[in-house]
Amino acid sequence: MTAPLDVSGAAEPARPDKGASPGGATDRGRSLGQIAWTRLRQDKVAMIGFGFVVFMALVAVCAPLIVRLLGHPPNEWHQEMIDPVLSTANAPWGGMSGEFLLGVEPVTGRDIFSRIVYGARISMLIGFLATMVSVVIGTVMGVIAGYFGGWVDAFISRLMDIFLAFPLLLFAMALVGVIPDAAFGLQGNGLRIAILVFIIGFFNWPYIGRIIRGQTLSLREREFVEAARSLGASNFYILRKELLPNLVAPILVYSTLLIPTNILFEAALSFLGVGVEAPTATWGGMLSEAVDYYNAAPNFMLAPGLAIFLTVLAFNLFGDGLRDALDPRTQS
Amino acid sequence: MSKKWLGLAAATTSAAMLLTSCGGGGDGGGGTEAEFDAGTTSIVNPSDEQGGTLKFAHSDQFDSLDPGNTYYAANWSFTRFYARSLVTYAQQPGEEGLELVPDLAEDLGEVSDDGLTWTYTLKEGLKFEDGTPITAEDVKYAVARSNFAPDIINKGPVYFSQLLDAGDYEGPYEDEDLDNFTGIETPDERTIEFKLKEPFSEFDYVAAMPQTSPVPADADTGDQYQTQVVSNGPYKFESEWTPGKTLNLVRNEEYDPETDPLTRNRPDKIEVAFKQEENDRDNRLMSGDLHMDVAGLGLEAAARGKILRDENLKAQADNPQTGFKLYFAINPNVEPFDDKACREAVLYGADKTAMQAAWGGEVGGDIATNMLPPSTPGFTEIDPYGTPEHKGDPDKVAESLEACGQEDGFDTKISYRSDRDKEKKAAEALQQALAEYGINAELKGYEAGTYTSEQAGSPAFVEKEELGIMAYGWGSDWPSGYGFFQQIVHGDSIKGAGNSNLSELDDPEINELLDEAAVTDDPAQREEMYAEVDALAMDSATLLPYLDQKALLFRPENVTNVFFGESFKMYDYSAMGLAQ
Repeated sequence: MTAPLDVSGAAEPARPDKGASPGGATDRGRSLGQIAWTRLRQDKVAMIGFGFVVFMALVAVCAPLIVRLLGHPPNEWHQEMIDPVLSTANAPWGGMSGEFLLGVEPVTGRDIFSRIVYGARISMLIGFLATMVSVVIGTVMGVIAGYFGGWVDAFISRLMDIFLAFPLLLFAMALVGVIPDAAFGLQGNGLRIAILVFIIGFFNWPYIGRIIRGQTLSLREREFVEAARSLGASNFYILRKELLPNLVAPILVYSTLLIPTNILFEAALSFLGVGVEAPTATWGGMLSEAVDYYNAAPNFMLAPGLAIFLTVLAFNLFGDGLRDALDPRTQS
Repeated sequence: MSKKWLGLAAATTSAAMLLTSCGGGGDGGGGTEAEFDAGTTSIVNPSDEQGGTLKFAHSDQFDSLDPGNTYYAANWSFTRFYARSLVTYAQQPGEEGLELVPDLAEDLGEVSDDGLTWTYTLKEGLKFEDGTPITAEDVKYAVARSNFAPDIINKGPVYFSQLLDAGDYEGPYEDEDLDNFTGIETPDERTIEFKLKEPFSEFDYVAAMPQTSPVPADADTGDQYQTQVVSNGPYKFESEWTPGKTLNLVRNEEYDPETDPLTRNRPDKIEVAFKQEENDRDNRLMSGDLHMDVAGLGLEAAARGKILRDENLKAQADNPQTGFKLYFAINPNVEPFDDKACREAVLYGADKTAMQAAWGGEVGGDIATNMLPPSTPGFTEIDPYGTPEHKGDPDKVAESLEACGQEDGFDTKISYRSDRDKEKKAAEALQQALAEYGINAELKGYEAGTYTSEQAGSPAFVEKEELGIMAYGWGSDWPSGYGFFQQIVHGDSIKGAGNSNLSELDDPEINELLDEAAVTDDPAQREEMYAEVDALAMDSATLLPYLDQKALLFRPENVTNVFFGESFKMYDYSAMGLAQ
């Protein structure tokens, strides 16, 4: 029952009785963050993943700029690029050229590159926001269940079981189907994105909640918590100052691993046609449209497929590396 | 009164299947040279050879095999193998295929002077598959069960219950005494008199529906009748059929080809396999292993690409118009479309070539400039809102926008059926074209299953959600302007739900013309009236027709006598045979 964060010095800043300042700084250990960062930097695979994640995030943020420089507006039709009989690009390689970097969509002639770049915005936005929702709910519920135990734990644990048994995909499809035009002061795509974030985030919290509960269960029996309690610290103080700092690492690691799952989930929903409204570009939506043309225009299917694949892989590699870096047991 | 071809309506994505030959392949004997689109206007592989098993496939299944309980064009065509109606469509390619010929009846309907009685006389010597003679009562019973028992038989149209003067007759399942059904009288064994509430000049088209195919009352099992239909045509069910299982039809020995105006008995056996995956079906068609896709909706995208790239395969394909008109309805009750000039801005701003591209380019359809489908008798080409190359006219848009006081454009919404990819793309095309003029349209997708019943087809919903522009498509139940227009432009057809007059058009002039056409006997005169309705409907600026849909159909080389039947808008299955 060793907590992965039982790193020497990790608990130090949390000591409530830390009245006397530590003497000289010479023998002071490096902070948790410093240790992890050093180890992470040595992990080349994780750093490549990290680099790609940062790159995709930049692409998403700078999409309009990138498209202005290298592409065409993502919803602009280019029928001059399409064969009127075959409905596919009238140039070889699916229309790939200096002008259309990844070629053009069959039927519409829209610039695939621009749509991939804009699709990154939806994917990253929903991936990040939904993960935040899951993490916040999961952490709060997990810590409460683990720390208080008893009927509180039993109740929250059953709740998690219920959520885990929920047919999420079916529910999401049904719910997105009945979204009104405007609600909560939002409308159109803004509302749909908000609802997708809510569905994906809200129903995924038990995964992270269970992990946090387990960590909390083992942490609350440790001496420093005992010490704080014996000194009369309130539950809230212990939760906030003693437990949470020690839970930062698992939260970080699982967030990093949850983001790609959520990106995939959003892609799946878009693929099934219950994502954001047309003609907004999303990777899942593009993939779904490409199915009919896998033969005639393989570039149309490969581009969003690779975008999803590489982004998810990068997040996973980075997440793995982060876990290794933060877990003292992997130290040689 | 007329409803769309449900089959075509459901068509855009799913297609049907085909069949395989057991008689061995071969080049259907030196008939017409097979070339692209030859089957649209002529008979490909003409041959009188008999024998073999004609194999059909269906990507889903029929709504019902019961001739009285189905509303799919494919089914109306297929039931001709075992259920003959009073009159039917001629077995000819091209326009001649729209003509009606007497089938069980000796002649087309004879109408009384007051227009209220239509009389048909059965031919002599007609028998069911068990040898019992067919009587006028059997036809009367068939109409009674198919139109007056909506609790049990409800998949087909109910023209007879709308037209016939039957009081409050409750159908043969509630009221076992057929004499209480006063809408049809049978003075003798062979005479059938339909008693109408009001004159209706196109009654022969209604009599051509499979619902007039006789059903023996003691063999009727309600909606289960489809498992063992009693045949009066050239083929009968080999054994009781279980829905979903392969259907086998064998020759009906009691059938007398002498009584039949069509030749529909070439194969020895007919087989229909259901729930066949579309792409697999297309591949089997191209290999000649299957003979026909019975739903008749055309090939999937993968096969389309393959066929259009390969000259040999392309020579075995046809690209006829389906009679289905694709259009956007503009609702004048949604601002700013209460102003005609604003509607005109949309009509002038639309880029029809982009919408055509959305439906698959030239193969997907021909650009339409008016509402009436070109294959309808009386069609006159007009283009009141024409633009250069159909790409939109910036000057006229600017003029229109100014005239309606929205110089900078306006915001609106375009609705479409989200599970229909091509319709969705067409809506996107319109959105893109209008955006150039400052008309910003938000796209709203709804499920096809509820689109007509709850969203676009509900005027209250349309006004609440402000759906200014709605994508739609329409085909006719029979080849006339009345069959096409009545439900989509007549003021009386506006309904609170399930409305198909999406523009909520209620123009007294149009209403009057259609009502008058219904009682006009002279077909030529009627055709003129329909052309006039067409012009008036276009002039209302509430309809933006953009495409006459075309299907890409495939005919394997080993199938003989293949041609596109204009009546059901698919290959005429009744004529087919196999090269031996």
